[in-house]
Amino acid sequence: MGQDTLIRNVLIPTAQILAVVLILPLLIAYLQLVERKVLGFMQARLAPRRVGWHGLLQPIADAVKLLIKEDVIPEKSDRFLFTLAPIATVIPALAALAVIPFAGAPFTVFGYEVKPFITDVNVALLYLLAISSLGIYGIILGGWASNSKYSLLGALRSSAQMISYEVPLGFAIIGVMMLAGSASMVDIVEAQRKAGVWYVVPQLVGFFCYFIAAIAETNRVPFDLPEAEAELVAGFHTEYSGMKFAFFFLAEYTNMIVVSCIATILFFGGWLRPLPNVESLWWLQNGWLILLPLTLGGFAGWLFGQRTGRGLPPMIAGGGIGAAAGAILAMSDLGGLASLSLPAVSGAFWFFFKVSLFLFMYIWFRGTYPRYRYDQLMALGWKWLIPLSVANVIVTGLAIVVKGAVQGRG
Amino acid sequence: MTPAAVVFYILASLALLSAVMVIWSRNVVHSAIYLVLTFLCVAGVYIVLRAEFVAAVQVLVYAGGIVVLFLFVIMLVNLAGTLGPRVRVHATVSAIVGCAAVALLLYVSASGGLDTDFGARIDLSAQGGNLQAVGWALYSDYLLPFEIASLLLLVAMIGAIVLARQKY
Repeated sequence: MGQDTLIRNVLIPTAQILAVVLILPLLIAYLQLVERKVLGFMQARLAPRRVGWHGLLQPIADAVKLLIKEDVIPEKSDRFLFTLAPIATVIPALAALAVIPFAGAPFTVFGYEVKPFITDVNVALLYLLAISSLGIYGIILGGWASNSKYSLLGALRSSAQMISYEVPLGFAIIGVMMLAGSASMVDIVEAQRKAGVWYVVPQLVGFFCYFIAAIAETNRVPFDLPEAEAELVAGFHTEYSGMKFAFFFLAEYTNMIVVSCIATILFFGGWLRPLPNVESLWWLQNGWLILLPLTLGGFAGWLFGQRTGRGLPPMIAGGGIGAAAGAILAMSDLGGLASLSLPAVSGAFWFFFKVSLFLFMYIWFRGTYPRYRYDQLMALGWKWLIPLSVANVIVTGLAIVVKGAVQGRG
Repeated sequence: MTPAAVVFYILASLALLSAVMVIWSRNVVHSAIYLVLTFLCVAGVYIVLRAEFVAAVQVLVYAGGIVVLFLFVIMLVNLAGTLGPRVRVHATVSAIVGCAAVALLLYVSASGGLDTDFGARIDLSAQGGNLQAVGWALYSDYLLPFEIASLLLLVAMIGAIVLARQKY
């Protein structure tokens, strides 16, 4: 009994935390490679391809470079805060992952039930808002402690931006909280299953506000003013090098992943398959059955297009053929693959699939939009997003009251 | 000692230590950071008392909002050099207030008015959790004070905007 509780309450959570903290940097390293590859594709250049096959080992090389680089601390900086800042940025970013459920069903390891999240608390959404508001400190302190005007200006801009966009972010989340009647991540996804529709449909305005505010919160293009390299060198991390710089980098990409996870859970049904209530679409549950042929077909088409100089049409055709083949394979349930009931696996598949779509959007934006000017950024936040998100909360509240009254009478 | 008590004593001593450092530190930015640490430890104490909602709001409002504004002011108004020797003007007043506060605490703890079971008796699960319980309390029993507080905040906000607009 004593040993059992020890494993359940100490060992499993510790293992989960270690798994998240150890896997994440690797994931981020390759996310960065994907970003460089996609940007390269969008800008008609090759992107990394020297280290490893098509640059597949580039992230490892970059990580090693950052690890062994000299760690410069400017002479007139505040040493204590200069060292504290990168740590204070990474910790909140990682801590936010504690309440994110990666799949719906628990899985079993050595006879012990492991839940697909570290913890599910009743105030998860508030916790996320609180934790993300702590992320400002690393940036503001790093900028100030560097004792450089570029860093300080970058830090001031960044913190002003994050404070401004935290407001519409919070209001956008409230709409979902009202519909689900809970602030727990698991409950919100379950409420979407019960409602039979992803909350992006009733909360389209809320999602719009959330996504824009989230991009601003993570300081990404088109809101990457803190790092506006043409004016500020590199903003708050101008003076940082080596591991300390890597920490800022890690925090930025962790925040991107966290924000995408929250968007998936709140608005896109988390680990649920599309249209979770339509029985006849059951074959979608093992979505990898369709995605795998789609990717293979698309890749083959792309290679063919490259070799024969026909460009992109073969890739689209290949992907389409692959997807159709996958759908037929799944619907005909050949070999019992589609009716394979692995709720943890299929849940995790759909979750990570949706999250990667959001991450791709981030990169897509980076390849598409020019940077906002500072006053335009502030005007967008205060004059458009905040009124819009408040109006969304009011309309959602009214709709709930009216619906309740109608149902009460009928 | 129960695990909750151990965690409480660690958090409480950290909170006190960093609170002392807020006053002790000669660097204003360092003071602000110690203040954040104090707030975080107090939030931890709330969690030990099973008040997750209050803990989250404590971090969100105090650690994440108010101290950031402090930092803004500190950084924009360069205080280096304006900080003279430690202020001694109100030493007598502070001594009296401090002694009174300590005496009050000692009196309360001696008369057995302090809970030492760290929230073990509190059970909010029956009402559907922390968040719902606070919401119900605010919008039923405490509706009038709640509305008065929000009106006060609105007045303060309008006042701030009026003051700022006069410059144009």
